[in-house]
Amino acid sequence: MCGIILVAFIFAFGMVRKVDRFAAAAMLTMGGCNLAEMTDLTDAARAIEGTRRKVLPEAWFAWLLVAPAMLFIAVIVAWPLAETIRLSFMEADLGGEHYVGLANYQDLLESRKFHDTIIRTFYWMFLSVSLKLILGLIGAVLLNAAVPGRGLFRVLVMPPWVIPIAIGCIGWLWLYNGYFGILSGTAQAIGLTDGPFEFLAYKNSAFYSAIVTDVWVGTPMVTLFFLAAMQGVSRDLYEAAWVDGAGRWYRFRRITIPQIMPVIVSMALLSAIWTFNSFEIIWILTEGGPRSATTTLIVDTYKTAIGNFKFGEGAARAVVIVALLATFSLFYLFFLNKVNKHYGVK
Amino acid sequence: MMDRYTKLQMAGIYFAITIFLIFILLPFFEMFMTSLRPLEHLFRSPYQFWSDDFSFDAYSQMWVTVPLLGRYILNSIFIATSVTAITMVFVIPAAYAYARLDFPFKSASLAIFLGVNMFTGAVLLIPLYRVLRTLGLLNTYWAMIVPGVAFLIPTGIWLLRSYLEKIPRELEEAAYVDGASRMYTLRRVVLPLAVPGLIVVGVAVFIGAYAQQFLFAITFNQQRELQPLPAGLYEFIGYQSVTWNEMMAAALVGVLPVMVIFLFLQKYLVAGLTAGAVKE
Repeated sequence: MCGIILVAFIFAFGMVRKVDRFAAAAMLTMGGCNLAEMTDLTDAARAIEGTRRKVLPEAWFAWLLVAPAMLFIAVIVAWPLAETIRLSFMEADLGGEHYVGLANYQDLLESRKFHDTIIRTFYWMFLSVSLKLILGLIGAVLLNAAVPGRGLFRVLVMPPWVIPIAIGCIGWLWLYNGYFGILSGTAQAIGLTDGPFEFLAYKNSAFYSAIVTDVWVGTPMVTLFFLAAMQGVSRDLYEAAWVDGAGRWYRFRRITIPQIMPVIVSMALLSAIWTFNSFEIIWILTEGGPRSATTTLIVDTYKTAIGNFKFGEGAARAVVIVALLATFSLFYLFFLNKVNKHYGVK
Repeated sequence: MMDRYTKLQMAGIYFAITIFLIFILLPFFEMFMTSLRPLEHLFRSPYQFWSDDFSFDAYSQMWVTVPLLGRYILNSIFIATSVTAITMVFVIPAAYAYARLDFPFKSASLAIFLGVNMFTGAVLLIPLYRVLRTLGLLNTYWAMIVPGVAFLIPTGIWLLRSYLEKIPRELEEAAYVDGASRMYTLRRVVLPLAVPGLIVVGVAVFIGAYAQQFLFAITFNQQRELQPLPAGLYEFIGYQSVTWNEMMAAALVGVLPVMVIFLFLQKYLVAGLTAGAVKE
């Protein structure tokens, strides 16, 4: 019905105002889904369009474009996710599965160890993401400085991002070795420790060593995105400020930071999610040890499900991860909205 | 003028860059040094920074210790390339729809895509295993390609969409007026214009696919000949001893081809990220 009115309207409008063909065609497309039924009006449409051609309605075309990706995600992510939720209500192992209701969740709620793991995971995430953002910002400023050789430096920063994470971790594994690694070797040479120091053997040092490696893996990408954002800032702003006598630090604080803020906040969210779920680094370095010191939620889930074949309990942990991350993201997006408003972005 | 630094500032910048690069490159330096030491020297104590018996033997010996090494290196590249190609096929149309068209459930469906970022393979490993088994994909290249594609589609859409939004609409409108169909406009007008953006997104997806093969490979694939490099490296861990020097040499040589390709593409990458920077 609205299509008829629309076409009639365009017709009248077109006669009076002689709108250009494109505008008419665009409007036709908007009401296009009803066009096929209105045989008596196609003449009117033809009169405006000039040529007669079938144009796929925008919404259909759009869904045609989006559908393949949607379908793929549905099979490979949504189906397993539904399966995970189902499994979380089961007692499931290699022998089979039976319904146990909320028992898996009940166990998690009552487990002291699990609470510690959640706290540890958030601590891991906040510390690592903060370091990545700070180092990324410093790195981007350095690589953005107009000094000879910066093209080379930009290339040299990228390897940790480009190579497989597992391979970088093998390098770190050796670095952290007490007897053969250069870190412990240097520490001994300058007298920091008397004998070899095994970085991954003690609770605290293992945790912070894993953080350092995680930061190492994540920093180059953050640096690169910040650098790209900084280069997108208009030079006019800096020049105007410079003419007015603003110093470098002032320009950085008052121009660079506000201008790249949207990139910083969206990078922070992505980085937080990836760090929260960072698995390979911890698994290769410590497998969650010593004495669970590096066991984050994702490692705990993997150990429970794959290591001990407790699929139901593992699934309940996976659901908790998703719930925690979803809550975190919602809060964060709310915050992001405010930041964007504050800086006048969209 | 504005960009000029004093000598002292220059020195400060170079000093800071050096520290930053030492942190970034230290593991590679250590891997290289380890690859040069003969195995028996590796386990010498106390620690020695330098010795006179450095050799490149590991670089020839590693092909003997792990005969399939060359295959693993190629597998890694093959898997990452396939993931990139397939991901782009899904990403390009979807990103275009989100950048340009208006349709019901647009923002809701986009949110679903971005929500996928919250999952990683590790969260969904068991059910994913079952799904792949149901589809009959276990122990094939597809077992490592398919999950890779699924988890990279959202990132791809997100990056490419912001790039496409910056292409002026006028050209598409002109094509439309000239009677081009929607599909034709997308293929012949939008895509050629988006080539720099496509390269950036392609490289970003490739890196994602290349960097994260390990977990899927060790979980979904038992066939030795199909393993990618990170999983294949574990063959240096033998029953009796680990030939660490060869493992390091293999790791360095293994990532070399990709590093070289990347060197040529990195210019586009930084430039392209600027053009389609992550602006929401």
